Amino acid sequence: MEITLEFLVFLVLAVFICACSILAVTTKRILRAATYLLFVLFGTAGIYFQLNYSFLGAVQLLIYAGGITVLYVFSILLTSSQGDKAEKLKRSKFLPGLLTAVAGFAVCLFITLKNQFISSSFEHGELEVKTIGHALMGADKYGYVLPFEVISVLLLACIIGGLLIARKR
Amino acid sequence: MEYTILILLLPLFSFVLLGLTGMKMKPAIAGMIGTVVLGAVLVLSYYTAFDYFSAGRDASGCYPTLMPYNPTWLPFTETLNISLGILLDPISVMMLIVISTVSFMVHIYSFGYMKGEKGFQRYYAFLSLFTMSMLGLVVATNIFQMYLFWELVGVSSYLLIGFYYTKKEAIAASKKAFIVTRFADLGFLIGILFYGYYAGTFSFTPQLQALATAGAIIPLSLGLMFIGGAGKSAMFPLHIWLPDAMEGPTPVSALIHAATMVVAGVYLVARMFPLFIGYAPEVLHWVAYIGAFTAFYAAAVACVQSDIKRVLAFSTISQIGFMMVALGVCTSSDPHDGGLGYMASMFHLFTHAMFKALLFLGAGCIIHAVHSNEMSTMGGLRKYMPITHITFLIACLAIAGIVPFSGFFSKDEILTACFGFSPVMGWVMSIIAAMTAFYMFRLYYGIFWGKENKELHAAHHPHEAPLSMTVPLIILAAVTCVAGFIPFGEFISSDGQAYAIHLDKQVAITSTCISVVSILFATFMYAREKQPVADKLASTFKGLHKAAYHRFYIDEIYQFVTHKIIFRCISTPIAWFDRHVIDQFMNFMAWSTNACSEEIRGLQSGNVQQYARVFLSGALLLLIILLLI
Amino acid sequence: MINIEYYLIVSTIMMFAGVYGFFTRRNLLAILISVELILNSVDINFAVFNRFLFPGQLEGFFFAMFAIGVSAAETAVAIAIIINIYRNLRNIQVRNMNEMKG
Repeated sequence: MEITLEFLVFLVLAVFICACSILAVTTKRILRAATYLLFVLFGTAGIYFQLNYSFLGAVQLLIYAGGITVLYVFSILLTSSQGDKAEKLKRSKFLPGLLTAVAGFAVCLFITLKNQFISSSFEHGELEVKTIGHALMGADKYGYVLPFEVISVLLLACIIGGLLIARKR
Repeated sequence: MEYTILILLLPLFSFVLLGLTGMKMKPAIAGMIGTVVLGAVLVLSYYTAFDYFSAGRDASGCYPTLMPYNPTWLPFTETLNISLGILLDPISVMMLIVISTVSFMVHIYSFGYMKGEKGFQRYYAFLSLFTMSMLGLVVATNIFQMYLFWELVGVSSYLLIGFYYTKKEAIAASKKAFIVTRFADLGFLIGILFYGYYAGTFSFTPQLQALATAGAIIPLSLGLMFIGGAGKSAMFPLHIWLPDAMEGPTPVSALIHAATMVVAGVYLVARMFPLFIGYAPEVLHWVAYIGAFTAFYAAAVACVQSDIKRVLAFSTISQIGFMMVALGVCTSSDPHDGGLGYMASMFHLFTHAMFKALLFLGAGCIIHAVHSNEMSTMGGLRKYMPITHITFLIACLAIAGIVPFSGFFSKDEILTACFGFSPVMGWVMSIIAAMTAFYMFRLYYGIFWGKENKELHAAHHPHEAPLSMTVPLIILAAVTCVAGFIPFGEFISSDGQAYAIHLDKQVAITSTCISVVSILFATFMYAREKQPVADKLASTFKGLHKAAYHRFYIDEIYQFVTHKIIFRCISTPIAWFDRHVIDQFMNFMAWSTNACSEEIRGLQSGNVQQYARVFLSGALLLLIILLLI
Repeated sequence: MINIEYYLIVSTIMMFAGVYGFFTRRNLLAILISVELILNSVDINFAVFNRFLFPGQLEGFFFAMFAIGVSAAETAVAIAIIINIYRNLRNIQVRNMNEMKG
């Protein structure tokens, strides 16, 4: 298997994502965890770009990296107190969690590698935004207007819910 | 005759109504509801009787047995099922009349007697319940329905005896009555189950070939059923509850413990009479012997009691003994040849219900007037209570068997039947009849003549009872006067055919003579102020007198057997076993459960992260298992 | 040529990193971050499966997109709740949450 540029890029991304996601859950400081999460999300966006899903990558960057992470950072700054900075892990809590996670990882990896996927046919074609738009607004068989609307209602509900919960009484 | 179902439903309705809402009503309204409903039942019962007997006999010359209702309630097999329905035949119709009449009289009477009592509404509710169950008992279409209502009757009797639940004696008496009759009913139930198993049916008219194969089981099961009947009808030695049951209100004693419930045993034997005659005549004769002994025993005890209700209670036991004897001396189902007793027993049941209810209600008036049951507080009451006096005298004459009152006719038939069985039995019963006359007139003279308790009567002037109490007395007295002339054999006889009652002159004259002599003897002993003869007799036969006064120590024997033998030798070890083995085992179970819970309590920490971890571990485990398979 | 398995290994690592964080972290926000990791790994799987196995269709693509939307909504509400808790309890440690038990 020759090493192409594409593969090298993927390798870099993969190592980056794995390292950052592990750091995100192991770091003691919550603000750093949020930063590592941001890096993971950037890496994921990179993967989407590599898969030629530029639109999805853009959405990822916009919503996740641009929106949600900023939300996290704000809320961390709002709620941070002295105790948070040095969060110590008890062994009794740390070991079983690690064990379960590693076991689950092993089982999932085993299944993934054992499984014979159907012939993969990677197409190097960019997914056009026009196609996406038509599908998203289409009401025919492969149209997604109904979930689109449902999502919009959900977002509305969550705006109202967020306001209701967080407002001062 | 579908309307007969109302005879059962109406009292049930009034019981439910009064039981649930009675305490909100005024007492008078509650009593009125109960009485009006009972009046409707009375009218319906009389109409049923008229309808039934006027419909005439069928081709074989018998009155037909009707079942207007008989829906199956619990089907077990093809033939073995329990139905609940209404059965009309001559004896059940006769019982309908007896029960509804006496119950109606008691309802009216209770207005006066129970006036101002606490729980007046409850009293009427219980009366309705009792009437319903008793009516259900007599119209039962099968032995199991009879058993159900039999128990209901026992319950309502328990409730009514314990009506004055603040009185310790009443509580003890109600418990005693319930336990003793329940104990006897155990025999009844076992008998029913034997019968149902071997005859393959609970019906009163089983398949003949099934009975033929059952063999010796049928006499056994009939004997066991008779134990139940003996318990309810207070036959020796299960009679001990009846005298104590007099702790209940007097109208209740009149209704339940004199006229209706206690004759349930007689009715049971009469109901099973064809089977007794056909398959177990020797058991029937045992019934006669037990009845005769009970009659004698109760009559002897009644001669010395001083509580007037106790005297009447023992007299009731004695008279029920007479009925049992009459049934027991039957040797065939032909009334002309050895089957006369069946008719005589039913006849005596009918007349006895009337005059014994009259006696009890009269006793109620007297107790109402002097506020005591003891004969020593009475005496000379004839001046104060003329109506009670006259009606009481009529009843006494009837029970003593004097022409033309009803008791004469029925008792005469019984004696005739006894002489037909064996002369010994006839003479024994004649002597008991004489004793009956003696103790009744001892009672009569003790109450209305004799030595007046002047200072007590001066302090509390005795007065005649109110109209609501005297009217039932007068009605019952009128019935007592004429009931003997009813051609009873026309309606009820052992084979269903019409039977013309004819007096056996020899028996009639003998028994009348004996009764008259006894009455004269009682007059001689007790009518005057001073009673030297009676006192002398009592002191001469001191031991006998004392033993009779203490009812020959039967209660003490029971006390000894239960407390000293059963409690000490059986119950105490069992209680020990229960406490130290069974309870300890249960404690151990509880302790181990507790210990296990302590151990696994950590799992239920309320920590969602831990839950999620456990959940994931479980899911992984499942996944691994699936992969391995 | 990059095999589909490589992508899946990356997403699996991310997923179980999230799971580990979910089990062990004390801070509510850290737990929420772990949940985001899990969601993100699922998104990758959707996109990858769509691209490799069913390139002619768009289900995986849209699933990933909607999942992003839903996670945004979820984060917003969760953070609102966390801020509310903080206002009441003055910290957001999980061990203090039992004060809200009925």
